[in-house]
This record gives sequence, structure tokens and C-alpha cells, in this order.
Amino acid sequence: MDWITDWGLTLVVFLPALGAVFMALTPKGRDSTIKFWALVFTGLPLLVGLLMLGRYQYSDGGFQFETNLRWIPSIDANYHIGVDGIALPMVMLSLLVTFLCVIYSCWHLPEPHNPKLFLALCLLLETGMTGTFVALDLVLFFIFWEVVLVPMYFIIGLWGGPRREYAAIKFFLYTFFGSVFMLLGFLALYFQSDPHTFDIVLLQQAGVLSMTKTAANLIFAGIALGLAIKVPMWPFHTWLPDAHTEAPTVGSVLLAAVLLKMGTYGFVRIAIPILPDAARTFAPFIGALAAIAIIYGALNCLAQVDLKRMIAFSSVGHMGFVMLGIATMTDVGINAAVFGMVAHGVITGMLFFIAGSIHERYHTRDIPELGGLVLKMPVMGGLLAYSAIASLGLPGLAGFWGEVTALLASYNPLEGLDLTWFRTFMVLGGIGTVLTAGYFLWMLQRVNLGKVPAQWQDKNFADAQPLELAAWVPLLALILILGVFPKLILDVTNPAVVELTQLLTR
Amino acid sequence: MVSTVKETAEALPGVIEIAWLIPVIPTVCFFLIVFFGKKLKGKGAEIGIAGIVAALALSIPVFFKTIGQLGHKDFHGYSKSVTWMEFGDKEVLELGYRIDGLTVVMLLVVCFVALMVHIYSTAYMKGEVRYTFYYAALSLFTGSMLNLVLANNLLQLLVGWEGVGVCSYLLIGHYWEEKENSNAAIKAFLTTRIGDVGFMFGIFVLFFAAKTFNIQAITEIVEEGHISNTVLTTAALLLFAGAIGKSAQFPLHVWLPDAMAGPTPVSALIHAATMVVAGVYLVARMYTVFHASPDALQVVAIIGAITMLMAALLALIQNDIKRVLAYSTISQLAYMVAALGVGAYTAGVFHIWTHAWFKALLFLGAGSVIHAVHSNNMSDMGGLKDQLPITHKTYLIGCLALAGMPGLAGFWSKDEILTGAFDSATHGSTVGWVVFISASLTAFLTACYSARMYFLTFRGNPKYDTSHVHPHESPAAMTTPLILLAVLAVAGGWIGLPGSWNQFAKWVHFGEEHAVFSFPVAAFGTLLFVGGFALGWAMFHKGKFRFDIKKSPLAWSYKLLENKYYLDDLYMGVIVRPIRDQVSRFAYWTNQNILDAVVNAGGAAALGLGKSLYKNVDQPVIDGAVNGTARITGKIGDTLKFFQTGNVQYYAAVLFIGIGISVAGFLYFN
Amino acid sequence: MPVQWVLLLSAFLFSVGIYGVLARRNAVIVLMSIEVMLNAVNINLVAFNALLQETHLMGQIFALFVITIAAAELGVGLAIVILIYRNRTTVSIDEVSLMKW
Repeated sequence: MDWITDWGLTLVVFLPALGAVFMALTPKGRDSTIKFWALVFTGLPLLVGLLMLGRYQYSDGGFQFETNLRWIPSIDANYHIGVDGIALPMVMLSLLVTFLCVIYSCWHLPEPHNPKLFLALCLLLETGMTGTFVALDLVLFFIFWEVVLVPMYFIIGLWGGPRREYAAIKFFLYTFFGSVFMLLGFLALYFQSDPHTFDIVLLQQAGVLSMTKTAANLIFAGIALGLAIKVPMWPFHTWLPDAHTEAPTVGSVLLAAVLLKMGTYGFVRIAIPILPDAARTFAPFIGALAAIAIIYGALNCLAQVDLKRMIAFSSVGHMGFVMLGIATMTDVGINAAVFGMVAHGVITGMLFFIAGSIHERYHTRDIPELGGLVLKMPVMGGLLAYSAIASLGLPGLAGFWGEVTALLASYNPLEGLDLTWFRTFMVLGGIGTVLTAGYFLWMLQRVNLGKVPAQWQDKNFADAQPLELAAWVPLLALILILGVFPKLILDVTNPAVVELTQLLTR
Repeated sequence: MVSTVKETAEALPGVIEIAWLIPVIPTVCFFLIVFFGKKLKGKGAEIGIAGIVAALALSIPVFFKTIGQLGHKDFHGYSKSVTWMEFGDKEVLELGYRIDGLTVVMLLVVCFVALMVHIYSTAYMKGEVRYTFYYAALSLFTGSMLNLVLANNLLQLLVGWEGVGVCSYLLIGHYWEEKENSNAAIKAFLTTRIGDVGFMFGIFVLFFAAKTFNIQAITEIVEEGHISNTVLTTAALLLFAGAIGKSAQFPLHVWLPDAMAGPTPVSALIHAATMVVAGVYLVARMYTVFHASPDALQVVAIIGAITMLMAALLALIQNDIKRVLAYSTISQLAYMVAALGVGAYTAGVFHIWTHAWFKALLFLGAGSVIHAVHSNNMSDMGGLKDQLPITHKTYLIGCLALAGMPGLAGFWSKDEILTGAFDSATHGSTVGWVVFISASLTAFLTACYSARMYFLTFRGNPKYDTSHVHPHESPAAMTTPLILLAVLAVAGGWIGLPGSWNQFAKWVHFGEEHAVFSFPVAAFGTLLFVGGFALGWAMFHKGKFRFDIKKSPLAWSYKLLENKYYLDDLYMGVIVRPIRDQVSRFAYWTNQNILDAVVNAGGAAALGLGKSLYKNVDQPVIDGAVNGTARITGKIGDTLKFFQTGNVQYYAAVLFIGIGISVAGFLYFN
Repeated sequence: MPVQWVLLLSAFLFSVGIYGVLARRNAVIVLMSIEVMLNAVNINLVAFNALLQETHLMGQIFALFVITIAAAELGVGLAIVILIYRNRTTVSIDEVSLMKW
């Protein structure tokens, strides 16, 4: 056994935290040293992650790179981590996106200028995010889940826009509010299991047998509430537009690309496989909320004038597709969901990057004020169009597969789920895709096309800079590659999903 | 798991083996042009043209190889695929191609028209903005369209389908500095997208009924009768929704006239010859499904019948030459749709073939005219016969082919369709009668507006500003495609001559009883052409039978046509604007004032509760107890301090008194 | 001579001392009164030593100790009084109640 198999995951999770410590010890003024450390400590985990990709057994649906150590014996909490085909894409996504965010930060840091704290928080955030995706113990999961809140709170609260305090507090408290119920659910699972355990794998396999239906439903509801706020599902989404709008560019990117996935990932990893019967009871409701989110998100997008806020609302809709896939509880649906998560992470992350760069140049994000952007910045405008078109679900680009397969799954959900309802959701989702196309194209028309408004006529804007492009090219390439070869993700996820769906039908 | 498709037993012939390159080459060219186009001498046009030539060069041997096989009994077409992705343990999606008669016909049409348009554009678009990007989009369009044609499964077809949609969006909005143009682009994309959603759902229905996306496999399963009629009807209607959107049929036809905002060669390629026939192609491709559901076929036929007449009437009153052609395209597409609807499969596909040549010719010819007079309006043209000799001759051929002059391409396919409809009608089908009557009226109107278009443009007196505009013939890069297409517009129909010479029916057929050539119908068709063209000539050239329609009792009908049956206003007023402006604002209002208000109210309530707890419980009661202890101690101290006089003698006295009391006590208690 | 007489003398002297300490205002007189009280104690010590026929003469030795300490104490006390006088030009005890609240 080589060290990557045994310690790779641990390294991936804790290297960034170590990097944060390094940066804390670096004297304040030395920006370039700080940036260097940040690059190293996000680059190294990415490298380790890539090495792990090389050693991963793709046909195996179980957990790999597992580490299981006793941690807090008095409450049976273990340091149990590992990845399967569902977690792996998420881990890689977090590693990649954080690395790119650091590269982007080398080009531009938000005001007030404090690279040390800012980058250290980003690194800490990475530890929390990857930790959440690899944790196989409920206590560990919960801790990583909460670790994520703090850096993001500060990133929004210190470097955000005019209403940053409000947004940061709302983000923190709302998520925290949900996680209380989630924690209660976890504790209930612990006491209901026999022997008592927090281990996700054991809980999945054993099922919580001795439980009454009501108890299972209550526990599911608690956990689902905590996760749903993070996703965010309609109607728990209202923190999202505020957080996204106010957060600095890198914060928005991380929030959209990774943080939201923690919620949906929790559904796939914890809520549904451990409590399949309760999940079946709740699936139509989740599906209904998802369908509402799709339509509702799209309608709200049409009403937005702030570019970032519009992209934030588009996330509500896209996460609706992911949740719809999950709600079907079929292999197609869950594959769709995982694919959708990756695709949304890549595409919406990209959109937020561009929105941030546009704001950086124009000092406004008001859609009606912009215009003729392609004439001013051909590359930037082209990339905006590319990402927007990917986001509206054009086949051949990444956004399509998550959406179409989620709709496909809801045509034929798990046996026992109401066909009429789910097909209604499918139709609503279909209408949602038209509306999605509508608001994205309308946005493009107002931002990209048309003549340059008088106020920008004489201004010179630098087109996309090398460092910006360096941060973006991997995402842009992924959008296309995943769109043409969805197999790349689906081959990883499918064995794990098949294993998971077997748990649901037993 | 492998699909149920029966692969052709023998190894595929060499050129078929590499047929996958046909769509790939133009797509690769797209990337090449985007990344390197601007640096090249031809600004990227040469890459695009080279790509199309390569695709055409591959398509021609593929065509001949395939038609050579078509006579064989067990030949169901070549197909080849690789696994694209897998879901669960049963659902497989492949990436592959399937080549049969229908495919190769489409291949030739797409590649040839695309090549003509590419060449034509080098002159037409010369010096225009975003020239390189224009070629990039053309290449991507061609790649997507070829993918659509070659796809062996529905999802892959959908990929091409949406791909051509987005290219159409990009090219319609080419001159996006004007808001109208980008509006037209968005309108085109969204309108077709509505149909696409239906198409997508149709794919789902078929997928879960047949457990595969593979077209051939679905066909076989449907033929074996494993799928219930309800499911088939649903699937067929949903697929047809996609066709309605893409092929601009009623009620989703509204985007096509607006799409004329794009450069004219684009209109020729995308909005006449190729993309818009994708819907018809889809129906033809999935014809087994339609055929198995008579109800669905009737819907198809009726939609076709409505659309053809409606569009032909609109074509009659347009001033913009491109809009005449646009409505004409809608009308002709409806011809194809209706043909498929009444079971005249070969006729419908044959009309794709002939229509592609003469309509591309007409559009490119119109482009040449517009190039010369710098206006789209026929009221700015007239008398161009001598200035533009080549354009004039080729345009006349196009008009006559469109009008259905016997011998030219349009006549043969139109005649087949009329025959098919008549055949269906005489077999007792009411819908057959509807289609036949509508098609006859449309044929008459088509001849009429063709004549109007021709005479207003090329004959009569010049209506353009002769002092400023000096029309002259277009360069060779533009006229050569016109000549080539004109040749096809004449001769293209000869491969489908009635009777045993009919090669086309051997390539593309659906095992239907082929309606035999009927002389009366052909004569009737000729009569319609002569009548219509003569009326057009009389009215618009000679000025006979002219009356001011706006003052006649028919004014209402003119108004109806002028407003395009108010469909645009209906869609904009009832659907688009309310959703965009009111519903969305309302949704946002509810978001901010209801959903978010609940959250904020929760926060505020928690804050209020905290404040009141602090004010009413914490401070007075709990903190009060703590502070009270301190205060009481202080009070006691305040009292006792008076004993601390600082007077030593006082202290000493107390001391002695104390001792005294102690001693006394001691003595007393002992 | 009976021991009672000696003890009565001692008690008388002690009482005089107490009176002086408590009643007089002059610090010097207070100090002197303390000396008087100490000497009353000395008389007691010597008297009881004689009465009890103590072989080691403990009473007398203690009396010597007391005298020594009294001298030292008086020295310190007078020094304080002199300092107070220098600072405040008074030696009245009433006026030096600095330790008061």
C-alpha cells in the first residue's frame, strides 16, 4: 500500500488548513510570499487528488482510500473518511475550484486589501468543503459542515458589498439554524441504531431497523431541513441571492460551485440511503419544491437587474433540477443529480467569475446600464455568452446532461412514487428550461449586444487578462469536455449510484 | 449491455467506416476558425470552405455506396456506434451514426447547399463586421446539422437539433447592434425551444416504452407492435411538437419571418434549405411511430394544411423580398409536413430535396439583388432584368420551380404530394380532402406570389433611386453558386420522375403503396401553375384587376394579413410580456416580501425576543440579583463605617471593654 | 509584707496607665501612660516571683525583657510622635485620625 491510498485523503483535507497556519506565520506585508503559499497549498492537494484519480478503481462502487481511526471513543465518533464515485467528483471539484480561485486572487484581491487573511480563509474553507465530502462519520461530517460557515462568514462580512453584514449574518444564521435540526437528526440516528454508531457506512448498511415510521419521518425531516437550507431548496433559498450578491467574486464562486453542493450531497450520502422509506414518503414533496424552484428561479431571474443576483437566482433553478433528480430516487436521477452538481459548479462558478470581472471594470453590475460589452471586450463577452449558453442547457455543453437526465428520470421515478406528480414536475421542468433560455438570452442581449451606451463610449476596458484566463480556462474546457463526454463523470458515479439505489429498493 | 440494433453483418465499406468524420470535420473547423481564423489571410473563410469540401467529398462516396445497397432486401442501413454513457445497469446511450437512403439524401442537400453558401458568403459578407465569427458559426451549424442527420439515436439527434438552434440564434443576431435583430434571434431560439421541450419529452416517452434511444431499435420495436397505441400517439405528438417549432409550422411559425434579420446567405442555408427541414426530417426519421398512430398522422396533416395556406396568403402581401421567401418557406415546409401526414412519405422527402435547391437559389438570388440595390424592399427594386442578367435568369428559374412549372424540380415533388393527398382522399379520408384542397389553393397562391415577386423585382420600371443606386451584377463568387443551384432547380427533380424511372423512391421509401402517377392530377397541377402565374403577371405586371384592397369590403382580411393574423401580438401580449414584465416582477415581489420577509421576520422576532428578555428578565431579575448582593454588602459597610473613627483611644477603649466583657463572660460561664 | 499590698499597688498603677491612655490627648503622655502600665506589669511579675519562690527567677527575667521592649517601643513611639509633630505641629491624638473611613 502506498501512502496515497492510506493518507491521500487526509492530506487533501488538511493540507490547506496547514497552509492557513503557514500563512498566519508569514509577516503581513509580504503579499507575494502569501500568494505563493496559497498557490502551493491549494496546488498540492489538487496534485494529490489527481494522483488519487490515477489509483481509483473506477468499476468499484464502494468506498476507497478509506481511513478509519478511533477519535472520540466516549461517543463512538471515529475519524472515518473515504470516497466513492459520488464523493470523488465533488472532492475534485472543490480542489480545482479553490485552486482557480487562488489564481484569480493573484490577479485581483477584493478591498480591504488583506491577502493574508483572505487567502487563509479560502484555504480553511477548502478544508471544510473537502472534509464534508469525504467524511463517513456523522460527527465528522457535521464538524466539517460547520467549519465551512466561519470562513465564508468572514469572506462575505469583511470583503463584501454594501450590505455585507446583513448578508453574512443571514447566511451564517440561516444555515446554522438548519444544521441544528440536522444535528438533532444525527443524534436521533445514533440512539436509534443498534449498536449505537455515527458511522455512515454502517448506518446505510444496517438501516435503522428498530425505528417506527413516525420516528424515521421526523428524523428525515430534521436532516432534510438542514440540508435543504444549504442547497437551497425553495422556499429556503432567500439567503442565497443576498449572500451571492454581496460576496466578493471568489466568495460567490466558491459558494456557488461548491458550498451549495454540500446540501445535495448530504441528501445523496446521508438522508436518502439511511432513511429510504422516509425518503420515499417525502420524495413527492421534495420533487414539488424542486419543480417550483425551477420555475420560480427562472421567473425571478427575469426580474433581476443585478447581474450577480440574476446568476444567484439561476442557481436556485439549477439546484431545482438536481433536487428533482434526487427526488426520483432512481439511478438515472441520482446520476443526473451528481452530474448536475458538477456541471452547475463549473458553469455557475464561471459565470460568477465573469460577473466579478465585469464589475471590476465597469464598477456596476446593473444589466440595463451595461451593453455592447462584446464591442468593448470581445473575449470577455464571448466567454459570458459561452457560459450563459452552457448554463441554459445547450446540448454539447455540460449544463444539458444534468437537466435532461433529471427530467428523464422524473418521467419514470422509483416504483411506488406517484407517476402523475412526477410527470407534472417533468413538464414544469421543461417549461423551466424555456424560461431559463429566455432570461439568459435576454441578459445577453442587454449586456453583450447592442451599441455601447454613451457613458462607456470613451472608456477603455482591458479585455480578459492572462491571469484571469489562467483561472478560467480549466473551467471553460471542462464545460465543453463534460458536455461532449458526459461519460467522464458518469463512469465514475454510476457504480456508486447503482450500489446506492440497491439500498433504496431492498 | 449492447443495444438491440442488428449491425450489418459484413464489415462496413471503408468510406462508411469513416463517415463519423462528416459532422466532426466542420465542428473542428469551428474551433480552428475561432482560435486562428483572424490571423489567416482569408479571415477563416478558407478553413470553413475546406471543411465543407471535405465533408462533401466524404458524403458523395457514402451516398453512392449506400444507394448501391438499397436494393438489397435485408439492408436497413449502415450503423455503427460506441457507448457514450451508461446509467444504472441497464440504460445505455450510444454515440453513433446510421446511414440509409434518407440520411444520404439529407447529407447531399446539407453539404451542397452549405458549400454554395460558404462560397457565396466570401463575396456577400466581404468587409462585414465579425466576418470570421460568421464563418465559425456557419461551420458549427454545418457540423451540428450533419450530426443531426447522421445520429443513430434520438438524444444525439437532439444534440444536433439544439446545436443548429443556437447557431441559428447566433447568425440571425449577426447584426446585433440593432436591437430588432437580437430580438429576432431570441424569438427564434425561444419559440423553437418550446417545441424542443415537447420533442425532449417525446424522446422520454419512447425511451421508457422501448428502453432505448436508438432509432432503428425503436423502429423495430414499434413495428413488432410492443407499444400501446396511446403511448405511440403521445410520443408522436410530442415529437411533432419539436417539428412544429423547428420547421416553423402553425402555431410556432412566427419566428421564421423575423429570422430574416440575419444575413441573406444564412437565410438560404439555415432558414430555407437545411435547419428548418430538420422538423420534417424528424417526422420522416421517426415515421414508423407516426405511421403506427393514425390520430397523430391526422394532426400532422391538418397542421400542414393550415400552415401552408396561411403562410401562402401572407407571402402574397409582403413587401420585403426576404419575407416573401420566408413565408413561402413556411408554406413549402407545410407541404412536406402535410405530405407525411397523408402518408405520402417519399413525396414529402422528395420535396425536401427539390425545395432545398430552388429555395436556396431564390434566397441567394435575393441576396444578390439586395447587394445590388441595398434594400430588402421590392418597392425599391424593379427593372433589374438587364443590370443583373445572371441573377435574373437564375431567379426566374427559381421562381418557376417554386411555382411548379412542369419539368422543373418543384413540379415533380409538388405533383407527387398532390397525387398522394388525392389518393388518400379518394380512399375515404376526410383529412386527405382537406389537405388536397388546401394544397391546391396553396399551389395556386404560390404561383401567384412567385410571379408577383419576380415581376416586381426584375420587370417594370426601376423604383430605386436611379441617381444614387447603380445596380451591377454580383461577382463570380456569388453568381457561380446561383448557376449551380439553378441547374439543380431544373434537373434536381428528374431523379424522381414518375414511374419506373423514379430513382428517388428507391432510395427513400416507407413501404407504402406508392401512389401512381395520375395524369389528371398532373394536369390539374399544371393548370394551377398557369392560372396562378398568369394572375400574378396580370395583376402585378400589367396592372389588371387592381383595386385598392384597403377600401374594399375585404379590408378586414388585408388587415388580418398585415398583422400576421395577430399571432405575434397574441404571443407577445399574452405570454411573453406578461411573463417577462409582470409575472417575473410578481415572483420577485413575493420572494422579497413574502419568502424573504418570513426569514427576516424570523430574524427580527428572535432579535425582539432577545431584546425583551434582556430588558425584562435578564437585567432586572438575574442581573438584579447579582447587583443586589453587591448593593446590600455596600449598605452594610456604609452602616459599619461609622465605627471606624480613626481615634486610637476609641479603639483602645473598645478593646478594654471587650476584654472586660470577655473576662466577665468567662468568669460567669465557668 | 503581704503580697496583696504589692498587687494593689500594681493594680493602682495599671489603672492610672489606662486612664492616661484613654483620657489624655497628648501623645507623649499617652506613651508615658503605656510605660506606667508596663511597669505595673513588672511589679506583678517581681511580686509573684518572690511569692512563689521560683528558683529560676523567671519573673524577674521577664520583667527585664519587658523593660527592654518598653524602651524600644517608646523609642519608636516617640519617633512617630516627633514626625507627626513636624508634619502637623501638633501631638494631639484627636487630630491624627488618618485611618478614619
